[in-house]
Amino acid sequence: MGSKKESTFINMVIALFIVTGIASTTLGFVYEFTKEPIALAKLNKKLDAIKAVVPTFDNNPDSVKFEIPVEGGDPVMAYPAKLGDKLVGTAIESYTMKGFSGLIKIMVGLKPDGTINNISVLEHKETPGLGTHMKDDWFSGQFIDKNPASFKVKVKKDGGDVDAITAATISSRAYCDALTRAYNAFMNQPKKEEMLLDTTPATDSTIVASTEGGVK
Amino acid sequence: MSQLKNFTKGLLKENPVFVLLLGMCPTLGVTTTAVNGLGMGLATTFVLVMSNMVVSIVKNGIPDKVRIPAFIVIIASFVTVVELTMQAYLPSLFDSLGLFIPLIVVNCVVLGRAEAFASKNKIGASIMDGLGMGIGFTLALTVLGAVRELLGAGEIFGLSIFDGSYGMLVFILPPGAFIVLGYLILIVNRLNKA
Repeated sequence: MGSKKESTFINMVIALFIVTGIASTTLGFVYEFTKEPIALAKLNKKLDAIKAVVPTFDNNPDSVKFEIPVEGGDPVMAYPAKLGDKLVGTAIESYTMKGFSGLIKIMVGLKPDGTINNISVLEHKETPGLGTHMKDDWFSGQFIDKNPASFKVKVKKDGGDVDAITAATISSRAYCDALTRAYNAFMNQPKKEEMLLDTTPATDSTIVASTEGGVK
Repeated sequence: MSQLKNFTKGLLKENPVFVLLLGMCPTLGVTTTAVNGLGMGLATTFVLVMSNMVVSIVKNGIPDKVRIPAFIVIIASFVTVVELTMQAYLPSLFDSLGLFIPLIVVNCVVLGRAEAFASKNKIGASIMDGLGMGIGFTLALTVLGAVRELLGAGEIFGLSIFDGSYGMLVFILPPGAFIVLGYLILIVNRLNKA
């Protein structure tokens, strides 16, 4: 084995330069190589989430998505799902900051009249075994086929119609908050008539990228 | 013989979790289920083997005073490779491990082995050391995750063992990690003494 390099200034600079140079080149290649699969995986995840919450559709909701502005917060993204030319439902990607550990993102599927078709949780940091029960069927099931116009989306403790999760009232409240946000956004969406006629222009996909990467 | 010893010592005698008590943060953090523990362990094993190998190759070219930053850059690169690959091909596992993947960089096991072993030994021995330590780490995390999952949710690897309503919540929550880890360390110490 050759002798070890002396810790002279020039040796140190050269060694670090080479190490970081090789490392960054390698990472550049790996990044390029995995960029597409990562984007694809994210898209598939989103499409799966949309599929889970709206009735059968045959268009690509991701290509016709649009933003709905929300008062006092970030806009929510809406994905219209169509079978043929008919709008069968809209998946709304909603969020709340009121979770027990902050951000919760849910995908809410609403039928054209605003009735809830199904809901799935996209992202959360709730306590395992407590708040995570919001993913369970018995909890999300109580919203199915309810219309928030008549069904009060609030936990019973707050005078609503929702059975809260035992020991996870905060998570349940947050869930209701996100759901309400989705419903209100859906009812207040500016281009509703045009959307029904299938003339909504596809929004730029860069907007989605910025909302996705931001929260970590 | 010694090559084999380099490998097997990580499994039980110098198990990074149960004996050396290194890398406690991911150990306690991700082991809510056996699958999470296994995934985290395998990711760490890959990083350990690769960084041990590279560190052992370049050890003579790196002046002593800058060895730590150089090692960290090497480790961080491999961690990023793992992170990107997992994000691309195992998105659901990536979601459940979340923040703990980038944190492999600061896992004491990885830098510890680079510094204590790979920077002083030949490449073959370093790879065996990394592999042994990595598998020992994986075993520890999987066992810990399996015990917590069994007691906390009545499942192992997602397979139901007890009735659906069963579950001692405390084992899923952070205190359960400490309790189970304590008892496992007790058992492993007893085995090592015997």
